Amino acid sequence: MAAPGFERVPISEQEASVRAKNFDEVCLGYTEEEAVLEASRCLNCKNPRCVQGCPVNIDIPGFIMALKEQNFKGAYDKISESSALPAVCGRVCPQETQCEALCIRGVKGDAVSIGKLERYTADRAREEGIKPHTDCAPNGHKIAVIGSGPAGLTCAGDLARLGYDVTIFEALHEAGGVLTYGIPEFRLPKDTVVAAEIENVKALGVKIETNVVIGKSVTIDELMEDEGFEAVFIGSGAGLPMFMKIPGENAKGVFSANEYLTRNNLMKAFREDSDTPIFRPAKVAVVGGGNVAMDAARTALRLGAEVTIVYRRSEAELPARVEEVHHAKEEGIKFELLTNPVEILEDDDHNVRAMKCIRMELGEPDASGRRRPVPVEGSEFELETNAVIMALGTSPNPLIASTTEGLDTNKWKCIVASEENGQTSKEGVFAGGDAVTGAATVILAMGAGKAAAKGIDEYIKSKN
Amino acid sequence: MYLIKKKRVLHDSIFLMDIVAPRVAKYCQPGQFVIVRIDEMGERVPLTVCDYNREEGTVTIVVQTIGASTLRMKELNEGEYLHDFVGPLGQPSELITDDIEEVKKKKILFVAGGLGTAPVYPQVKWLHEHGIDADVIVGAKNKDLVILEEEMKAVAGNLYITTDDGSYVRKGLVTEVIADLVEKEGKKYDLCVSIGPMIMMKFCTLTTKKYNIPTIVSMNPIMVDGTGMCGACRLTVGDEVKFACIDGPEFDGFKVNFDEAMERMKLYRTEEGRAMLKLKEGDTHHGGCGHCDGGDK
Ligand SMILES: Cc1cc2nc3c(=O)[nH]c(=O)nc-3n(C[C@H](O)[C@H](O)[C@H](O)COP(=O)(O)OP(=O)(O)OC[C@H]3O[C@@H](n4cnc5c(N)ncnc54)[C@H](O)[C@@H]3O)c2cc1C
Ligand SMILES: Cc1cc2nc3c(=O)[nH]c(=O)nc-3n(C[C@H](O)[C@H](O)[C@H](O)COP(=O)(O)OP(=O)(O)OC[C@H]3O[C@@H](n4cnc5c(N)ncnc54)[C@H](O)[C@@H]3O)c2cc1C
Ligand code: SF4
Ligand code: SF4
Ligand code: FES
Repeated sequence: MAAPGFERVPISEQEASVRAKNFDEVCLGYTEEEAVLEASRCLNCKNPRCVQGCPVNIDIPGFIMALKEQNFKGAYDKISESSALPAVCGRVCPQETQCEALCIRGVKGDAVSIGKLERYTADRAREEGIKPHTDCAPNGHKIAVIGSGPAGLTCAGDLARLGYDVTIFEALHEAGGVLTYGIPEFRLPKDTVVAAEIENVKALGVKIETNVVIGKSVTIDELMEDEGFEAVFIGSGAGLPMFMKIPGENAKGVFSANEYLTRNNLMKAFREDSDTPIFRPAKVAVVGGGNVAMDAARTALRLGAEVTIVYRRSEAELPARVEEVHHAKEEGIKFELLTNPVEILEDDDHNVRAMKCIRMELGEPDASGRRRPVPVEGSEFELETNAVIMALGTSPNPLIASTTEGLDTNKWKCIVASEENGQTSKEGVFAGGDAVTGAATVILAMGAGKAAAKGIDEYIKSKN
Repeated sequence: MYLIKKKRVLHDSIFLMDIVAPRVAKYCQPGQFVIVRIDEMGERVPLTVCDYNREEGTVTIVVQTIGASTLRMKELNEGEYLHDFVGPLGQPSELITDDIEEVKKKKILFVAGGLGTAPVYPQVKWLHEHGIDADVIVGAKNKDLVILEEEMKAVAGNLYITTDDGSYVRKGLVTEVIADLVEKEGKKYDLCVSIGPMIMMKFCTLTTKKYNIPTIVSMNPIMVDGTGMCGACRLTVGDEVKFACIDGPEFDGFKVNFDEAMERMKLYRTEEGRAMLKLKEGDTHHGGCGHCDGGDK
């Protein structure tokens, strides 16, 4: 292997034509030799810029130096000081816009593959049975965490490390939030990676009670008044799907990406032995351009469909990670860019037959700074398809806010909370992650969970 | 894991279970539902809360075998466990949340079709406990499929039973009974609550509309999470799209687009058939479930 230089050590992946037919992980990860070589590209900066780009402030040079010396446990311990989900983040974090965007190596050549090295470290630790530390003395204070996504898991893990008695309440039958129900197996394996990292959080003493819908099974006020929880963290995510409100949207074969992905990932519909059905037509159209759209499209492809992504802006504006778009294209997914659906057409039995679309062109920049797509008059055409998956984004579920006295939300239904410590308008109640920001990223949710854990610790100390 | 404390077979395709689920039992109300999963590979099956005992922490469900998950559930016995049991989900019946003095002024008619008797029961019982006796029509395909008759008799004002084939009490559809009560017996109702197969609820609302009786129906579309996250359960009500799991399951029957809802139910029919064949062959389908065009039509 060549000496480390300006280019990163390439990583091996399943061949596109092979992986398009299975749900196994696309990226195969570094070997030990590759990881050590890539680690040696890190300059161990005195003033590491990369760390500023990581919302949970992982000691990046610290763990990479340990890795370089083949001290795998040391590397894992360094990461564990800041993150409970390194095997997850190493896979799905948008590193190219976070830590790696600031890496000094990136000024001339490729940034260090921080994410892939984090992944290697965490995978290696799991394989060798290395666990995070659990040397906290219980302090007897009970804290409730709502939602077991990255925000909730991080907040709970940090509090447990400080000695708190933490219970996570999760609405679904399995913990993990979007990591479990949304992001597919081929990007983030459930049993090996997600379940194992959740086990690590439990090993810190965190209890997880599944099948509890806060606001229905029990309210926040009841948790605090009747069940003795002294503070609550809300990490309930942004799970409410949006639809386009166009004609034909209730035809048979129109799904939200949430439904489609939940059937496949949480309910394991792709497996023969699952009772849950999933619709498997010959042609599928996915509307949207984010990570969710890519995941839905690549799932449909693996279930045997010919897939087209329909997005109203141009390639440059696709909000999905570049890596995901690249993978999708390699696997044979077609893109209809600058195109917007106007109607879903049904056959006599009310099955989806086609989607009527209109071509778009980019006009003046809008509020988001991106050029606004405007329809090209008279450019309507029919895209033949048997199913439409709407991946248009999600917003927070109003259930918790509407059942909690004195909890303020903004006009997007997001819970209002301090960025610094997660404090909401209600005493003792903190919040973070997608529930506060609207749909964002795993690592931002974790950062918010971390900040709130600190906020809760300070709040409890101030009261006692 | 949730203990099956009691099991009672009501018919070879219908059974009742009392499940130990203290969190659900503590706050559930008539009109709400739960979601059950029997094991790791089971589906999330929505089922109406049919009764509850807050002291003992139990919730009663009544289940009709339709496909793989409900057939497997039927094999479970007292002392065994359900893997998951979450709830209460959905909104409580309006009768329970409305001002009780206003409700007392109303003459209420319940129309239950097939298995719909099970979700009607807790509402009639609740009203009875609050001093209100409602009339109840129960329609079933045949005598064997008349369930919870004794229980219902104990809490209903008048109970009218009818069967499709005339094998019990009278022959005919629930809509004919409504017409008889209003036209022949001169009964006046201020509110109707109709629960059963979608096709029955559709025809029921067409009948009650004729007599100007506002009618509530309980919709049971395909669901996944039951918390508003997936949109599988969406329905057209008036000119709005509603999610049955959070906005319902009860809606103004005059506004529901039943034809669309019935179409949407058919989506997995072939898949459903496949899952069922995998498990067991033979006739387990007795209508009254809302999945077929047969039943109590
Ligand atoms: C398909 C898909 C792909 C994505 N890909 C990426 C990616 O590649 N990289 C990236 O960084 N981000 C990605 N994201 C975004 C990322 O997953 C989210 O930003 C992140 O998971 C938010 O974390 P959270 O903890 O705030 O909420 P969530 O992960 O949404 O978790 C919230 C949890 O709370 C539970 N809950 C909700 N309401 C209640 C209640 N009332 N009572 C109890 N529990 C409740 C939910 O069931 C859920 O388990 C993706 C999202 C999706 C949907
Ligand atoms: C709010 C509500 C309350 C209900 N209450 C009761 C009740 O008290 N007792 C009872 O026996 N049944 C009730 N049902 C119907 C019951 O949930 C279905 O019969 C059951 O899901 C069938 O599951 P299965 O695995 O046996 O069948 P499958 O073989 O899996 O067949 C059903 C398939 O079609 C889909 N499907 C079709 N109809 C439904 C449906 N109505 N709900 C969910 N999925 C559906 C599912 O995705 C499933 O894959 C209720 C449904 C709802 C939505
Ligand atoms: S958690 Fe994400 S941002 Fe932080 S170091 Fe890892 S990959 Fe980079
Ligand atoms: S900025 Fe890049 S080179 Fe410097 S410490 Fe961070 S990863 Fe290493
Ligand atoms: S069941 Fe998923 S939104 Fe209603």
